[in-house]
Parts: sequence; structure tokens; C-alpha cells
Amino acid sequence: MGGLPAGKVEFTEHDYVDWERRVDALRLLLSGIKGGRQLMTVDELRKNIETLPPDAYERMSYYERWVTSITQTMIQRGVITTEELGKKMAEIGKRDGSKV
Amino acid sequence: MKDQGSYQPYSYFQLMEVSLRELLVEKGIVTEAQLAATVEEVRNITPERGARVVAKAWVNTEFRKKLLQDGTRACEELGLEIPALKLVVVENTPTEHNLVVCTLCSCYPRMLLGMPPEWYKSRNYRSRAVREPRAVLSEFGLELAQEIKIRVHDSTADMRYLVLPMRPADTEDWSEERLAASVTRDCMIGVAVPRI
Amino acid sequence: MEARFKPGDAVRVRNIYPLGHIRTPFYIRGHSGVIERFCGTFGNPEELAQQRSGEPKQPLYRVRFLQKKVWPDYQGNPDDVIEVEIFQHWLEGENG
Repeated sequence: MGGLPAGKVEFTEHDYVDWERRVDALRLLLSGIKGGRQLMTVDELRKNIETLPPDAYERMSYYERWVTSITQTMIQRGVITTEELGKKMAEIGKRDGSKV
Repeated sequence: MKDQGSYQPYSYFQLMEVSLRELLVEKGIVTEAQLAATVEEVRNITPERGARVVAKAWVNTEFRKKLLQDGTRACEELGLEIPALKLVVVENTPTEHNLVVCTLCSCYPRMLLGMPPEWYKSRNYRSRAVREPRAVLSEFGLELAQEIKIRVHDSTADMRYLVLPMRPADTEDWSEERLAASVTRDCMIGVAVPRI
Repeated sequence: MEARFKPGDAVRVRNIYPLGHIRTPFYIRGHSGVIERFCGTFGNPEELAQQRSGEPKQPLYRVRFLQKKVWPDYQGNPDDVIEVEIFQHWLEGENG
């Protein structure tokens, strides 16, 4: 987006909330930077953010994009399957409540 | 995790976070303890780290030289690890001002400054910092004289950038700690200069 | 991969628009600049993004461009520059 027309810089400072911090930590752990097995590269994270449809990219918050991208990468790599994710989301929605 | 309740009922993406995390834990890929420890580790990295490096460079010419030559190695000497990436330190002078941006995503020297502020990741900053740096700086309250040359650094790949600001005048008798306290996060991104 | 360029060399960024994950910003493609420094050799992001090894690793450079040449309507000091990291396979020597 370098050089594209855009508005004034808005000086928002936001203290990251817990779920965002956990997404961040997941990314670090899955990258193998912390010593574990490397299950994703930063390039895959970026690729899967870049391939979001433009309107989704604009609507989503930063860590919403990240969690989507990390999850997508885990599916692409076969670490988890779409079926497992679908089941898990339904189960947790029922267990903890969801707006979805 | 005990804070789970704070954002229930979950939004779609929060639901995804919990689900992904639980799946990865069930599969033995990560543990909740590792995650909690990593969250804490990241939380403890604040711009004070970067400020320490800057203040050290202000008082120690040898260190300053090393820092500009090989930022990664110089920081390691201070016990600050910079895993996998290379740190490039760029120095402000009376005739040259440096500004850092990442137009492609949000690359940021997190090992020295912590997590980036919201505006650094925003479309407006990322689009305009490369094309009209002076206008952007003036929105930050920094009016740069036309004679001062601007170097904009777009972190597009494996380098991370830290601006070494100019030491404020009349601080000859200041301690390193006091100097460090004058260095804000924004000074090290290049959207501000130290004010005392 | 051997480093082909050294600091001070005049280079031009390739003006191509393929698909994939690319770390060369659009705004700098086709522009001419000067090698500021050699940064080392790193896995190729275009490969790493697709679950491949990133080999052969690519030399990475910081390339310096004059702002007034990148943006025809640039307002500011005529010596203002923008510096961008660019992988070797995205650069061509100015003299071929």
C-alpha cells in the first residue's frame, strides 16, 4: 500500500487484549523461534493475510487477520483439518457462548 | 485460561482463536504453559530496552560505532538477543533525519520496542510515510526544516530498523539512566525527537 | 547465490507483476537506485511462503532511491531518499 492515497494518521494507542496477545504468542511458538518445531514461516503468515479479499482485509482488525492467517496455514500444512476446526468451533460455541 | 470469561460470548475470530489453541494443545504442539510464558515474555519487552541502547550510544563512542556497524551484535553485547533478524541502526544528524515504516505489513524492531502502536500498522501511516514523510511528520508535531534531508526506511524483508536520535543539548552531565528516560518509542521510530 | 552487486552500484528494480508472495513493493518496481549495503543472504520469501525450503537463498540489499524520482510530484528536499530492502533476483544492473 506504499504511496497509495490515504488520510491523516490517527494516533490510536491500544493496549492489546489477552486473546490478541495469545494469537501473537501462538505465532511465535509455531514459527519455531522459541525452540520448538517450525510449523510456519512468517512468509506464510503474510501470504495468507495478503490473500484475504480486500473488503475482508479492511473490515478485520489486525489480530483477526492474524488468527485467520495462522489457522489457514495450519490447515494448509495439515496440522489441523477443516473438519476438526469446524467441530471444535461448534463445540466451544456451545460450551462458552458465541455471537456467531 | 482464567481470563477467558472476559470476552464471552466470543466473536467469530475469538472463537477461532480458542478453537485453534485447544486443537494445538490437544495435539501436543503447544502447551497452555508455553503460551502463557510467551505472552508474559512479550509483555515484558517495552521501549525502555531500545532507550537503554540509545542512551548507551550517546555516552559511549565505541559502542555507538559498533551499533551503527552491526546493530545485532552491539545489542547482544548488552544482553539483548535479536533472534533471526538483523538490526540496522540509523543515526539522525543535524542534516539528516530518519523515519521507519513497513509498507508491506508491520515489521517493527519488537525485540527493542515491544509491540507496535496501532498507528504504525495503519493504512494511513503505511501509505503516506513513504510518499509524503514531511506531511506525516508534521501530523506528529515534528516540523522538519526543508534543509534537513529525510531518509525513509521501508522494512520490506529481514532487517529491522531503529533510529538513533540526536542527544539533546545541555545534557552533558546527565547519567545514562536519565538520558534513557528522555528517549521515547516515537523517537526511535523517527516520528519524534527527544525533548527535555 | 553469489552477491552480484556492491555498495555504490547503480541498479534498477524489475518492472514485473507476477502472482505469489512478493516482498518488492509495487511503488518501487521499475525505479533506479543505488546499492546502499549488502545485508546478507536470506531464504527466498517467494518460496518460503509456499511451504518450500527458500533455497537457493538470495542476497538481500538495501537500495537507496531519490524520492523526487520515485514520486514525480514529490514535495521536499531534492536530496530526500527512500531506502528499501530488495532481493537480488529483483534487481538488474543499470549497465546490463
